[in-house]
Amino acid sequence: MYFGGSFTWDDFQFLLVGAVSTISITLVSVLIGTCLGVLFGLIRAGSPWWISNTIGAILDVFRSVPLLIQLVLFNSFNSMLKLNWPTFAVGCVCLGVYASAFCTEIVRSGVGAVPQTTRRAARSLGLTWAQELRSITLPIAVRIVFPSWIGLALGVMKDTALVLWIGIVELLRSAQIVTSRVQEPLLILSVVGLIYFLMSFPIARLGARLEAKWSVK
Amino acid sequence: MDYHFQWRPVLRSLPEMLGGALVTMEIAAIAMLLGTVLAIFLALCKRSGKRYLALPADVWIETARNTPALFQIYTLYFGLGSLGLQFSSFAALLFGITFNNAGYLAETFRGGFEAVPETQIKAARSLGMSSPQAMCYIVIPQMLRAVFHAMTNQMVWSILMSSMGVIVGLNSDLTGVTQQLNVITYRTFEYFFVAACLYYLVSKALTSSARLLAWRLFRY
Repeated sequence: MYFGGSFTWDDFQFLLVGAVSTISITLVSVLIGTCLGVLFGLIRAGSPWWISNTIGAILDVFRSVPLLIQLVLFNSFNSMLKLNWPTFAVGCVCLGVYASAFCTEIVRSGVGAVPQTTRRAARSLGLTWAQELRSITLPIAVRIVFPSWIGLALGVMKDTALVLWIGIVELLRSAQIVTSRVQEPLLILSVVGLIYFLMSFPIARLGARLEAKWSVK
Repeated sequence: MDYHFQWRPVLRSLPEMLGGALVTMEIAAIAMLLGTVLAIFLALCKRSGKRYLALPADVWIETARNTPALFQIYTLYFGLGSLGLQFSSFAALLFGITFNNAGYLAETFRGGFEAVPETQIKAARSLGMSSPQAMCYIVIPQMLRAVFHAMTNQMVWSILMSSMGVIVGLNSDLTGVTQQLNVITYRTFEYFFVAACLYYLVSKALTSSARLLAWRLFRY
């Protein structure tokens, strides 16, 4: 094993640029996923079973098909419909829809965990549906599901590695590029692994702490 | 939309893709089996309270859970060459998923072990079972029952993760076969659409048979 190669500061900066790209894809797709997820989750929680089950079945498709294949299909949609979106947008939208499938279930379980009696009490005090949702249901539900939402966001962060397949240069792809120059795969992959770990582990710990702290007694 | 769908070549190569689906299921099943055994071992290491056992288990679990699965497969395929370990893309994929499965399942099993009451072990020991016997016949069966649902999810994950093999050059599993046919014909959408349907069917078949199995196994 030979570690004294020419892995320079510039290469490390190149990896950091890749990491920034990973983070921005994560942020955009988690944002899309959360907005759609809250929307679908609220619809699922408060609609008749046939609407709820239809949405559930459709979103289930996104959870049962590999993300890689979803990315390829989204990407070919992009060229078939001549949308000419940049690849970055394709990656973000695909990951966002994928995340929304998981977020919907999280939101639904959170809303379901708020006792019906609490909600009825709020309504009978004269709050409108929207007021009740904003000041009663959501505050309670957010506390319950926030740890799983953090888990989802971290999961999306790890899944962003797959967008290299449709040609986005994120952290793992930049590792590959640096490797083809420096020829030190193990060293570079260790650095990249460490970067991923540092992005994920502290937040995962925070989630676990909050889960313990906020758990309903 | 002036795109002309051509499904005929896809239908003609459907047997090949079904063969690929079989390989996918094989990989997922082996990775799950090995992952379960390793995860039980890791969870026991963490429970043992001995530092020299718990620390390596912790490193394994946290690495598996905090880095992308694709990164793990990459490291096995491209990285370990520096140490003189050459894995084929099949082996890299298999061991990568196994590594990942073991990390996630270990955490699940840790919760599962806590669901088995301490008194059960004491009762088993006082009936004359040795400690390993009590573990094998009393604790692990009850633990596996408690985590059965989580294991089903992990099995689906295992199938979905096996699609990453194509990135390290595997061409025998469903995604690999699809990609190869795609490169030959350039009917990207048609091929990958059919692959998506097959993946959906495989994971649905898996979850429903798991539900059936749970109903058969766990009724009293």
